[in-house]
Amino acid sequence: MIPDPMLEWLGLPVAGSAHAADVDRVMALVHWLMLVLFVGWSLFFAYVLVRFRRKAHPAASHHGLRGRWSSWIEGGVLAAEVVLLAFFSIPVWSSRVDAFPSERASTVVRVVAEQFAWNVHYPGPDGRFGRTDITLIGPANPLGLDRSDPAARDDITTINQLNVPVNRPVIVHLSSKDMVHSFTLPQMRVKQDAIPGVPQPVWFTPTETGEWEIACSQLCGLGHYRMRGFYAVQRQADFDAWLVSEAALLAEP
Amino acid sequence: MAPLKYLYSTDHKVIGLLYGFTSLCFLLVGFVLVIVIRWQLAFPGQPVPYVAGLLGAANAPGGIVLPEFYNQLGAMHGTIMVFLGVVPLAVGAFGNYLVPLQIGAPDMAFPRLNLASYWFYAAGGAIMLASFFLPGGAANNGWTSYAPLSDLAPGHGQTFWLLGMLFIIFSSLLGALNFITTIVQLRAPGLTWFRLPFFVWAQFVTAFLLLLAFPALQAAALLQGMDRLAGSSFFLPSGLAVSGQALDVAGGGNALLWQHLFWFLGHPEVYVLILPAMGIAAEVIANNTRKPLWGYRVMVYSVFVLGFLSFVVWAHHMFLTGMGTAISAFFQTTTMIISIPSVVILSSLILSLYGGSIRFTTPMLFALAFLPMFGIGGLTGLPLGLATTDIPLHDTNYVVGHFHYLVAPGTIFALFAGIYHWFPRITGRMMNDVLGRIHFAGSLICMNVIFLPMFVQGLAGVNRRLWDGGAEYAHAQGVLHFNVPMSIAAFGLAFFQLFFIVNLFMSIRYGRRVDTNPWEATTLEWNTGTAPVRVYRDPYDYSVPGAKADFTPQYERAEA
Amino acid sequence: MHTLPYTTEIRPDTGLTNPKLGIWLFLASEVMLFGSLFSAYALLRSGAASWPDQSAVLSVPLATLNTVILISSSVTMVLAWSGARAGRMDRFRIYMGLTLLCGAGFLAVKAVEYGDKFAHGLLPSTDNFLALYFTMTGVHAVHVLAGMVVNAFLLGPGARMWRSEPERFTNRVEVAGIYWHFVDVVWIFLFPVLYLL
Ligand code: HEA
Ligand code: HEA
Ligand code: CUA
Ligand SMILES: [Cu+2]
Repeated sequence: MIPDPMLEWLGLPVAGSAHAADVDRVMALVHWLMLVLFVGWSLFFAYVLVRFRRKAHPAASHHGLRGRWSSWIEGGVLAAEVVLLAFFSIPVWSSRVDAFPSERASTVVRVVAEQFAWNVHYPGPDGRFGRTDITLIGPANPLGLDRSDPAARDDITTINQLNVPVNRPVIVHLSSKDMVHSFTLPQMRVKQDAIPGVPQPVWFTPTETGEWEIACSQLCGLGHYRMRGFYAVQRQADFDAWLVSEAALLAEP
Repeated sequence: MAPLKYLYSTDHKVIGLLYGFTSLCFLLVGFVLVIVIRWQLAFPGQPVPYVAGLLGAANAPGGIVLPEFYNQLGAMHGTIMVFLGVVPLAVGAFGNYLVPLQIGAPDMAFPRLNLASYWFYAAGGAIMLASFFLPGGAANNGWTSYAPLSDLAPGHGQTFWLLGMLFIIFSSLLGALNFITTIVQLRAPGLTWFRLPFFVWAQFVTAFLLLLAFPALQAAALLQGMDRLAGSSFFLPSGLAVSGQALDVAGGGNALLWQHLFWFLGHPEVYVLILPAMGIAAEVIANNTRKPLWGYRVMVYSVFVLGFLSFVVWAHHMFLTGMGTAISAFFQTTTMIISIPSVVILSSLILSLYGGSIRFTTPMLFALAFLPMFGIGGLTGLPLGLATTDIPLHDTNYVVGHFHYLVAPGTIFALFAGIYHWFPRITGRMMNDVLGRIHFAGSLICMNVIFLPMFVQGLAGVNRRLWDGGAEYAHAQGVLHFNVPMSIAAFGLAFFQLFFIVNLFMSIRYGRRVDTNPWEATTLEWNTGTAPVRVYRDPYDYSVPGAKADFTPQYERAEA
Repeated sequence: MHTLPYTTEIRPDTGLTNPKLGIWLFLASEVMLFGSLFSAYALLRSGAASWPDQSAVLSVPLATLNTVILISSSVTMVLAWSGARAGRMDRFRIYMGLTLLCGAGFLAVKAVEYGDKFAHGLLPSTDNFLALYFTMTGVHAVHVLAGMVVNAFLLGPGARMWRSEPERFTNRVEVAGIYWHFVDVVWIFLFPVLYLL
């Protein structure tokens, strides 16, 4: 396939996930539509301004333009929008919010946003998240994880560091402790508001390894600009090794 | 003639001028705030030169803008520009001054309500300005005031914001019902619906938007006021923990409720910002092409469709709050549909130029520039309106670029066009053309240098409302260098406004005197005769074949 | 000062006078205001983990009494208007006075209800049902108060207009009446939603 030059011009971040290409395709297509309309109308606009300036055209015509070709253009715009909607945007959206992979086949992780950090919570080897309770929240325990719960014993928590293995779906259970934040992984084409009281899942399949940053996209207070986290997409072996080293840290007193 | 008299006159022209002067002052305030914002974005953490002392030690110690203060600047820039600057200028000033004149009415239908509307607006504005001097400063939660951030914001800035909004909303409601009644009831004899100038149609639909959309924010502001003052939990869900402490409130609220109520107003509000501007552009274009608007009726229908649909697209601001396929499909579809009437109106305005005899007067330059600038702003709304492409773009500078193209080189340019165009109607003098052209060229260039790079930054993933403009983020590094020229252009924009301000005040005294209809226009506001008005023809009878002049005013009887 | 057309006479092609159209438009925006508040109620209630038994928290008998008072006041308002229209200022005065009295009675009962809640420590901060109750009835009470101010004006200083421009005065009473009925109708929605459902 011929690479779309529009993608080059738009300068989007690296497309690092399975669905990124789908998103980028819509992005390129809609920008083509915009470009054609803008350039087309601009040319017409420039022509008209020169052709019908007072010097060149001293007497205006009362009826002006004859013909209804503008309706065809408007119809064309509508048709293009319908195509973008029905064949691209809605299906891609639906695959994002309806077609969740099974938790078994995925890396499952909780991310809890707060002013101004991302708390990351892995279920550990048992695959079960331990109980959390807001009354347990403290400086050393930002998630309020109840370590006395058997399911919590092996849970791994980090602050501002999310590691995931490549080529395996990731399901993030997203929530917020205080304000509305927005969990953004630019290279994964993932953005999801983290709204207190409305926990939601979001999923993606990373296809590129690398180390990038988690951004917060929703104004959440004076530290909004520095609510930056890090995420790493690793090869499975590296990810497993990382989990082991985190678990070892847990075992220390 | 005591000048005080003007403060309680019920004459729509005087009220219009009061609105105009006040709202220009607020535009200036909004602009000054954004100059500080632009300094901070280009030179994060460096002391603001010259005016550092004015910012207050609590806001900017040593002239360095604190993040809290940056957020105040952003929130208040948005609020002041939208609610205290553009809408009062477009509706309060232009609408008040021109609508009664253009429909041949002696005044607005309710002159005293009209005055009350102005004073509610002034009071709301005063409350907003006063909030800067509170301990803790003005509201700093964005102009959108999302809860729970705004609910829990310390200090009284946000409370003042809510109170100020309640005043402004009440002012708008009084104004809106006044406009609708005036247009329905007080049209001069012979002025049938389809003989109304397009500007009047635009104001008519705008008034309905204000009347029916603003109450949602009124309710929202009351609820948030209760949360802040009476300790209720409308927008506070259970289980909140702020700064590591469980919050002591009843809970059970819904943070998204605020967003729904806000955007139910917020989206119609953006059409309130653009419709009067389209109306002004249409008047100026018809006049300076010396021909009727092309597709006038279709334009009128389009404004109505736009008005109706603007009530059913609000959640396109909320695609990423966790929306399922069905609801997102609904809002994407309505958003795409609503773009069509805008396309129709814009196309009609461009096609109106075809066959004209175009005079490049200063107002015409602004009105012409409005078209492609609106085009850029509107077209960039399309990728935002598709939920899929909104994922990478939401809350990035792309959005900031989108709406500034619509409101700044869009609406503000149309408003400038209107000021230059109707200035002789108000003062009997022309504004200076040379100064006007410098103002135009300088503003056009600067606006584009400020706002075009925002799309590039947004596509690269740079978020909005960042104190350091994104300097913290690795993915922003490649596009960060734009911030310096953007900000320099913003300072340049300020410089070019001096030409406007000088021109405005000098021309009141020294402008070239002209007689009553210097632009040779057709609509009723240029008829300063004393005979009772009667209307005989369509609004834009320019270059009618066989007529003796290239314009035949609406109030001129058909030749036998 | 010009005289504005259609302040009292009807514009033939629209069939309206200015004040009539004005008040209906105002009420349209009021519908949106109360509509927003009712929507907030619906959303919060449907999303709530638990909701108190409303009729146990609030006093249904007092609210029923208030409903009766307010509906009666709508009736007296109509009678006041027809009095003014018939040129019987004496009847207008009596019925307008009664309307005002009903309004005051309504607010007094409301004050008793509020006081009782406060005394039992039932506040807007207690739960969202009470918060909605106080907000919605509070906004409504402000509307009642505003209507009373208008009515008092028409009964007092405003009544002078009856001698100079009786028709215009009658129209004012009618417009005030339309507003008053609206406030009444809002209560008729508030009563079941807050007290009974
Ligand atoms: C005047 C104000 C105005 C106008 C008219 C519009 C018009 C539109 N807006 Fe915009 N919008 C805002 C002001 C406005 N908007 C603001 C203030 C925000 C942000 C609020 C915030 O979050 O703070 C926003 C945000 C916003 C979002 C949310 C983005 C996000 O937060 O992620 C969306 C999404 O759908 C959107 C879509 C649209 C669309 C589809 C239109 C359409 O109506 C546009 C239709 C127009 C066209 C399609 C152009 C047609 C013209 C031509 C074809 C001719 C070209 C001519 C020449 C070249 C000569 N807007
Ligand atoms: C109508 C609305 C409007 C207008 C006109 C403007 C105009 C401008 N805006 Fe604004 N802006 C908003 C609405 C508006 N903005 C909103 C809603 C936000 C979002 C806020 C938020 O995040 O919550 C925002 C945010 C915003 C940001 C992003 C901040 C951030 O994300 O952190 C920036 C950054 O550059 C910016 C810049 C500008 C600039 C340079 C102008 C220039 O175009 C200004 C030009 C001004 C003039 C040309 C004024 C002319 C007036 C005169 C000359 C007065 C004459 C006076 C007399 C005669 C007395 N704006
Ligand atoms: Cu968290 Cu912005
Ligand atoms: Cu919108």
